[in-house]
Order: sequence, then C-alpha cells, then structure tokens
Amino acid sequence: MQKAFIGLAGLVAAGLVAAAPAQAQGTIKIGVILPLSGQFADTGIQMRNGIQAYMKQHGDTVAGKKIELIIKDTGGINPPVAKRLAQELVVRDKVDILAGFVLTPNALAAGDVSKEANKFMVVMNAATSIITEKSDKMIRTSMTLPQAGDTLGRWAATKGGIKSCYTMVSDYGPGHDVEQSFVKAFTAAGGKIVGSVRFPVANPDFAAFIQRAKDLNPECIMIFVPGGTQPAAIAKAMAERGIDMTKTKILGTGELTGEQALQGMGRAAVGILTGWHYDYKQDTKENKEFVKIHQELFKRNPDLFSLGGYDGMHAIYEALKKTNGNTDGAALVNAAKGLKWNSPRGPMSIDPETRDVVQTIYIREVKMVDGEPTNVIFDKVENVKDPVKEEMKKKTN
Amino acid sequence: MGPFVAVMFDGFAYGMLLFLISVGLSVTLGMMNFVNLAHGAFAMLGAYVTVTLMNGYGWTFLATLPFAFVVAGLASVAFEQTLFRPLYRASDLDQVLLTIGLVFMAVAAVAYVFGTESQPIHIPDYLRGFVTVGTANFAVYRIFLVAVALVVSVLLIVGLEYTRFGAQIRAAVDNQRMARGLGIDVDRVFAYTFALGSGLAGLGGALAIEVVGLDHSFALIYLIVMLIIVSVGGLGSISGSFVAAIVIGISDTAGKYYFPYLGAFLIYLVMIAVLMWRPAGLFGRR
Amino acid sequence: MTAPPGPPSRPHEFLSAQVRWHPLEIAFWLATLLPFYFFPSYLSLASQIAIAALFALSLDLILGYAGIVSLGHAAFFGMGAYTAGLVSKWGWGEPLSLLVIGAAAAGLLGYATSFIIARFRHLALIMLTLGIGLLLLEAANSASWLTGGADGLQGIAIWPIFNTFDYDLWGYTAYTLSLAVLFAVFVATRRLIHSPFGLSLRGIRENAMRMPAIGAPSEQHIRTVYTISAVMAGLAGAMIAVTTSTVSLETLSFERSADVLVMVVLGGAGRLYGGIVGSIIFMVARDQFSGINPQYWLFWIGLLLVLVVMFLPNGILGGLAQLKWFRRSRP
Repeated sequence: MQKAFIGLAGLVAAGLVAAAPAQAQGTIKIGVILPLSGQFADTGIQMRNGIQAYMKQHGDTVAGKKIELIIKDTGGINPPVAKRLAQELVVRDKVDILAGFVLTPNALAAGDVSKEANKFMVVMNAATSIITEKSDKMIRTSMTLPQAGDTLGRWAATKGGIKSCYTMVSDYGPGHDVEQSFVKAFTAAGGKIVGSVRFPVANPDFAAFIQRAKDLNPECIMIFVPGGTQPAAIAKAMAERGIDMTKTKILGTGELTGEQALQGMGRAAVGILTGWHYDYKQDTKENKEFVKIHQELFKRNPDLFSLGGYDGMHAIYEALKKTNGNTDGAALVNAAKGLKWNSPRGPMSIDPETRDVVQTIYIREVKMVDGEPTNVIFDKVENVKDPVKEEMKKKTN
Repeated sequence: MGPFVAVMFDGFAYGMLLFLISVGLSVTLGMMNFVNLAHGAFAMLGAYVTVTLMNGYGWTFLATLPFAFVVAGLASVAFEQTLFRPLYRASDLDQVLLTIGLVFMAVAAVAYVFGTESQPIHIPDYLRGFVTVGTANFAVYRIFLVAVALVVSVLLIVGLEYTRFGAQIRAAVDNQRMARGLGIDVDRVFAYTFALGSGLAGLGGALAIEVVGLDHSFALIYLIVMLIIVSVGGLGSISGSFVAAIVIGISDTAGKYYFPYLGAFLIYLVMIAVLMWRPAGLFGRR
Repeated sequence: MTAPPGPPSRPHEFLSAQVRWHPLEIAFWLATLLPFYFFPSYLSLASQIAIAALFALSLDLILGYAGIVSLGHAAFFGMGAYTAGLVSKWGWGEPLSLLVIGAAAAGLLGYATSFIIARFRHLALIMLTLGIGLLLLEAANSASWLTGGADGLQGIAIWPIFNTFDYDLWGYTAYTLSLAVLFAVFVATRRLIHSPFGLSLRGIRENAMRMPAIGAPSEQHIRTVYTISAVMAGLAGAMIAVTTSTVSLETLSFERSADVLVMVVLGGAGRLYGGIVGSIIFMVARDQFSGINPQYWLFWIGLLLVLVVMFLPNGILGGLAQLKWFRRSRP
C-alpha cells in the first residue's frame, strides 16, 4: 500500500514542480490572498472583482512591466493557512507584493511574513486599527472601523443632537472596534450611553436582543453587524418588535445599509443614519465609471470590498510608477506614503506616518429615491485619520 | 410582563419553524435508522425554490409555498431511490459521510448557481408589521408561522392516528421486522415518508427565509440545529420533535434575552443535559 | 486477485508478524524526508500536513479501533492550540514544553469528557461529541477577553527551539519539528495498537457487550483510549500554535472536526496509515484547488466522500489492500 502512496506522492509532487511558474523578465508578481470559499466567499469575490475592474480600466502594464496576479484562497478565517500561503507566495512563487486580505486575523498573520521578507503589502479591506503596525512595509486602502465609529459618535452628539444611545454590536474584533470608538467619541462630545449588548457573531435571531433594547426605550440605537444576511434580519426584527423609526433613531455603519441589506429591508430601512466612506450610488465621476465597468464585467454593483481592491491596485500602480518598476519593499512603501488621489469614494490619501488610509466619512440617511431605499449623503467629515493610532501617538508624545 | 410574553412567543414561533424543518428527519431516522444529514439540503432547496419563483418570476409568497414543499419532496425521492437505498444496512459512519458529502455538494452547487450573496425576499404587506396585545408586541409573520406549523402538526397527528397509511408508518417505526412480516411494504412506506419529511423541510426552509435569512451555507448551519432537535426529541417521534423544538426555540430566544452573554451556548448545554439524562431523547424508544 | 495466504499456524506468530516493520513502511518514512531536499518551497505545507496527519491519527485511534464516531474532535485540537498559545502569551515560550502543556490540557479535557462519552452509542454519541465540540467553540468565542474571540489569539511569542533554531520563512524548523513529533507519536501508537490493550479495543469495536465477559472492561478501556486520543489531538493543536504562532477559532470549529473525519475515512479507518495517507491526499488536493477553483473545493470533496462511501468503504488503503500483490491482515 505504501508503494502506491509513494508513487502517488511522486506524481503529485512532479505535477506541482511542473506547475511552478518560471520567473519572466519584466513581470511584477502580486500575491493576492482572499477568502474565495466558505462563508466569506462573497466578500473575497467582490474584492477580486474590484482588482480586475481596475486592471481592465488601466491595463496590466505599469512602468514597462507586466502585472501578474497569483490568487490564493484561505477558505475563511484561517491565520495558519493565510501565513503559509503568504510564505509560499514569497518563497515559491517569488511574488514582489502581497495584497488582498478581507479578514483581520489573516491580515495579521500575513503581516509577519511581510515584515520578515520585507515585502510591500497592501491591505484592501481588513479594518482593525492595529493591523498596519505589524509590518512597516504595509499600507491599507480600505478603512478602519474606528474611523467610522468615532466620526459617527461625534456627529451624533453634536450636529445630530442626540443625547443618549444604546449600542448593539457583534461580539468580535470589528464590533468591539466600532463600539469602543463610537462610545468614546459620543461620550466625549457630551452624550450618554444608556446600555450596551454584544451578540454572538453567527446569530440568526435578533428578536430577544431588540426586545432588551426596546425595554429601555432609548432615544437612539447604534448597531453594528457584519454584512450578509444579518442587516436585513435585524431590521426586520426591529420592525416586528415595533421600534418606531420616527421616535428612535437608528445609527450604524455602512454595512447595515449595503446594497443587499437595503434590498432585504425595503421600506423598513428608511430613516437609518449611517457613517461610512462609500456607497455604490456615490455621486463622483470616478464612481460612475467604476460602477459601469464593474457591471459590464461582473453584472453586479461594486461594494466596499470591490472598492478596497480597486483602490489597492491604484496604490500599487502609482507606487510602482514612482519607483519606476523597482519592487523593493522599502522603496514601494516610501513611494506609497503620502499618495493622494480621487477614488470612487471621494478624495483619499495614505498617511505617511501610519501608512493607513485618510479619507472622508459621510453621514447618510436612508430615503426612498426613485422607489428604492438609498443612502443619501447630507453631511461629511473630511480627512479623517484612524483615531486609535492618533491616540497612541498622543500618548507617546 | 409584556417583554416576557413577547419573548416566550418569539421563542415558540422560532421553535415551530425548527419543528417544520426537523420533523421529517426525526421520522426517517426513527423508521429506517438512516442518518440523513442531507436533510438540511432539502430545506435549503425549498427556500431557493421560493426565492427563484418570487424574485425571478414574480410569484407571491404564499403561492410559492406548496411548490417549495413539492419540489423538495420530489427531489428527495430521486435521492432516496438511487443513493440512499443501498445504504440502509450500512454503518452509521458511512451514512453520515455519504449524506455530509451530499450537503457539501449541494452547498457548492447552490453557490455556483445562485452566487454567494444572501437572498432577500419581500413578503407581502399583510404579513408584515405587528399586533399589540396589552403590552406585548406579536409580529404578524411569526403568528403566521405558528399557524402554519400548528396546522401541519394537526394534519400529521390526524394522519398518523386515523389513516391506514399512518398506521403503517407507526408499525414500521415501532418494529420494522414485524411490520414486514405482516405484509406491509416497508420500503414503499419509507419512500413516501421520506418524501413527506423532506417536503416539510422544504416548506420550513421557505418559511425560514424571512426569519433567519438565506445564503448558500444554510444547509450546513441548520443541520446542526436539526440534529439537536432530533436527538433531544427522540428518534421517530413527532411529538418528541414538537416538544424538543419548542424547548430549543424558547431556550435560545429566552436565553439570549435574559443572558445575552451565553449566546448560542444554551442550546448545546440543553442538548447535552437531555442526552445524558435520556440518551434516546425525551420521547425516544430504545 | 491473489488468494489470501493460509491462516498462520499459531496466533503468536500472526501477531508478531504484524509488529515487524514492513520494508514499505520504512520506505514511506524515508520518503517523508524528501521535501527537505527536493521541495523546499513546500516545507510549510508539509509541516501542516504532518500536523493534520497527527490529528487524523488521533481520531483513527477512537474511530477505527474503538468504533467511536466523533464529530467534535477539534475540541481537543483547539484546546491544545489555545493552551499553548496562551501560555506563550503569558510569558513562557519554550516550544517543546508548550507542546507538552498543550497536550496535557487536552488530555485533561478528554479524560473529563470520556466519562460522558463512554456511556453512549450511536446517534446519542455522535450528537454528544458534536455538542461538546460546539460548546467549546462557543465558549472560546464568548470569552474573547481570553481567547481573542473571532480575531484569534494575539501576542503569541514562541522562543527558538533549544534557543538556536528559529522559525524561518521557508519552514525548515517547522517541518523538522512536526515530522519528528509525528514519527515519535506514530511509533508509540503502533506499539499501542499491537499490545493487548490495542487488541481489546478491536474487540470492543466489534462487539462491546461481550468484551467484559472475557475480562476486558469496555467502559474503562474506552475512557483510556479516548483520553490518549485527546492527548494526541492536543499535541497536534499545540504544534499549530508553536510552528505558526497563530491560533484562531477555526482550530475548534466544526469544519476542522469534519475535515479530519474525512481524512481518516478517505485513507481508511483502522489501518494505522489510513489517517496519514488520507491527510496527505486531502491537504495536497485542497492546496492545489485553492489556486485553481476555490469555490468549488467543497463540491469535489463532497463528491469524493460520496464515491468513497459507495465504492471504497474501507478508504483508499482498504481499496488498495484488496487489489494486490501484498496481502496483510488489518493491523
């Protein structure tokens, strides 16, 4: 039996060696690590769509060299696999740049590899603040949740005129980030938190939690749930429990009112206030083109994951143009620092100190436009940096 | 008082949904001892039938429900005749693996055909909103759920007790060998029961979309809950499934309301506790 | 098909024939050294395969030899992983002792739960193992102050082995450690299987009720083997923490429990090498698929399961054993 196995192993190994690509001259390889299967598959697919949309628009050659993507699947939250894939991309496929990363644990694990191998790394979604601290060759082109939470909290207590709030978030990193940043900013601006609850991440039935909130009859409820089926489910639970949107203000981040969520909620979503960096209906020239090409190629609208991929590629292209095709990690990250451009979301830049994204956070309200619930922007805060790292800087100064 | 009643009712309604999805599994397990983990795939199938008919062809929600039932039932017959039948005598493990393999294939196939996004539906306005009785709010959709589940339960019980076919089912569950000896075509009875159970799962799946949402991993997620209900209720027992579903539904909802930090914990603890007290389930036989 | 050899003249000879190392076995273990020289860029993968193989071996012990179907074996894997990770986070990062600590923690958990497990059979047993696994997962998820919750454990700091061998990008250290541990445990397991205890386990698998009649206390033996299996699984989990410095909830997940079950069944349960062969095939196939067609990996593994159950009920090794040259009774 072992003979057969050895034979089998030999065949498999031979196949793998044969499949390893030869290093072509004048090619820049980007290793993209995404969840393309499992429960986060949709986010990974959209990110890949965004990347491919950018390459379709701008061609696949930069600074005289051809861009080659090597895409790997982590299957979901799987840091050992993400780390191994990053290692293999560096060691076996000899990639010049690491990119992708929807999920925080995977980004953190791969950050170690970026540091050790000195490879330029572009985080295109994972939104926990500390990620960029893992490697000094890393930049982020998506957003950090505290950017949204902090801005929303401050706005709510000041311009929003809200005095007290109840918070409900999913019990994991992103949820904690939003809760902490919102609460901090809200209370600093004079608001009062009347209660809070954290629900398990994979939670189908919100009725009980909404009931608890309703018991306290709060002036406002701040909600964070991951995208997918949960936003619609929680909105329905609110409608069922009789939460009156005219009496109780609902605040949230953009994932609460993403395209799928709004479709699921329908009219029930009207009145929800969110703080976020992007909506596919955003009214900028760049966005209109982005949506157009995304629809042409993939027959669906882009979302924040597509945007992260799109802008991530832009950062890579611009950095490469600046270094004239030099893929050294330090050179690229220095070229990326301070990059400014107009993204589909509006103006954004990469902070030279923290290598994180600086952008505008918009305050939006859901209204019916042309018969569809839509996020309508009515206020904004510009040049928002990641508040967590800003705090850390203040403490060390 | 208001919240307590509302939470109990919500839990009860959730339990009714779980009952619909799980009852078929309980009966088939009890009758043929066939561990069919693909049961969740039939529930998912019914849900996707509803989504396709509503979003693709503009049907109204209520009209799709019988179709969800029928399509899921028919599909299960196809599987039963071809794949499951040869494995009735096989070991527990083989059945578990075969049916899990099918679930994996179903989940991947659904992701391929429908994509990985969540599938929203818009239920008609008369099923939305809530009704206030005293200080408690009762969601109209949940009232609808409870009504459907109760009607189905009554039909099942009446069918079991008062029809000839029902008697055959009961005989086959109680003692298969004896039933065969009496001339009952157990294989045929099983085929029909299997179809009925899977059809109910499909119906349950369609009804579940509004409460818990639908995406390609539905079959796997709810598989675990189904197994819990079936093992807690006891194999082969409809009333067992009914009681277990209510217990689980209320524990889950009430648990989340009164002890939010226990989250999903509570139903696993309940299951372990019940199984240790009665390994065959609350109403189980062996 | 060659005719099976005639029954050996004495049971004693039969048993000692099984204990001797077959030349193919030796060749197999030598082949595991190949990656060092021929496929150095696959060393990280090889290391994770070795860890998966150890985990599969632990499950095979209870599944193939004692007949316990567990859908929650990842509970012990994750227990070992988190314990090792936490201890290193709290300041003690010596890798070899972390492995021992992780394995011991999992062993304790296994011992505690074995009292529950040993009393049940069939569906109740399957559901209990599933329930315990899920319970531990939920506990780890809720206790995010301890475990990091859905973000995974941060701050793991593993010291170099013997203070000299650090974890390189290529994975030389990782694979050396994983392979060494796998081999050592394998040798120990092999001896266990061929000991009187191992024989009584097979007896229990075949007919649990009769065994006490010939002096083998079923329940106690089941508890013992379950605990040993938990120790091995915990060791594998601790290795993940030590070799990759990452621990997340997926080490406790249902997916991991299901995956390891597939690996054991694929290779062939109750065949000592079954889990190892199954894990090699499974992990290599998945790695290849993650590059080509990741969304549909689940489809192919489902199809593979269906085919294996219908046509190869004893797994790949079982199928091979029936085929050929070399006939040897089930070890």
